[in-house]
Amino acid sequence: MTVDTRPATVALPMPRLGPGNDNTLRPIKVVLNWGRRYSLWVFNFGLACCAIEFIAASMARHDFIRLGVIPFAPGPRQADLMIVSGTVSDKMAPVIRRLYDQMPEPKYVISFGSCSNSGGPYWDSYCVTKGVDQLIPVDVYVPGCPPRPEALLQGIVRLQQKIASETLSTKAIRAKYAGSRRAEAGEVTRGLLTKPAVTGRPTDGGLS
Amino acid sequence: MVSHVSPYLTVGGVVLAGMLLFVAAMLVRLLLAPHAPTAAKLRTYECGVDPVGEGWAQTNVRYFLYAFLYVIFAVDAVYLFPWATVIRTPALGLASLIEMGIFLGVLLVGLAHAARRGLLRWI
Repeated sequence: MTVDTRPATVALPMPRLGPGNDNTLRPIKVVLNWGRRYSLWVFNFGLACCAIEFIAASMARHDFIRLGVIPFAPGPRQADLMIVSGTVSDKMAPVIRRLYDQMPEPKYVISFGSCSNSGGPYWDSYCVTKGVDQLIPVDVYVPGCPPRPEALLQGIVRLQQKIASETLSTKAIRAKYAGSRRAEAGEVTRGLLTKPAVTGRPTDGGLS
Repeated sequence: MVSHVSPYLTVGGVVLAGMLLFVAAMLVRLLLAPHAPTAAKLRTYECGVDPVGEGWAQTNVRYFLYAFLYVIFAVDAVYLFPWATVIRTPALGLASLIEMGIFLGVLLVGLAHAARRGLLRWI
């Protein structure tokens, strides 16, 4: 028996910023952005070998805690930043989407490594998502296969620059969520692929 | 210096300050925090997969067998060791021997029950 657990009847109030935060004074914005960029609770989405580099970046030698990045948030509801490190498979795609959806505003995403940037070496695989930006909006891409921990530190610094210069507003949040507040994670699933028809080449294997 | 302030006044002041801080923190949150509920965000967190069932769920009671055998053998030993230190004292010796006999008898009934249910079979 399949039980539909979707909270379809729950009322969804319009997204908004706190009234003290919307169109507020410049110094308050600066202070809030300053606090936001130096306390990034990170939700590590370690999917493949890039996660090892992520762990290396969190350990004593590279130590991204000195940049204010706090690793290992208990769950998406306590996280500000999602770092997707590794190969995103189509089977994992709805999970990533739902966990991103469950993070509180404002939220940021770093795509770490070639696989999550674009599919990487598995760009023509039948089961690999061609970049995590097909599922969720990405703020900073860190290239490399795998990138060195220093590259992640650079990505974090770039993200902090972006946060420092951003301005939150009710209008922007409403624009972001326009038409998608009842979206389901299952929408990013993909059906089975069929073998492409080969044209212009021998069909008996081609090796004879 | 002798303080003329009642200690209760100090405690009351600390409690009041704590409550004020809490209310201030909640007010600031109300003033500043973004609020953007979506259907997915209100969904129960279950590591990203579809949540199954309701808040109340039955757990598998299969492991009660291990708990049962644990009580028979391990808790049994916990009571036997202190008994071994007093069995030779004349005041407690005979009485404790009889009491321990009753205790072990009860445990043996449990063991017989476990054997009857086939728990002692090696698969």
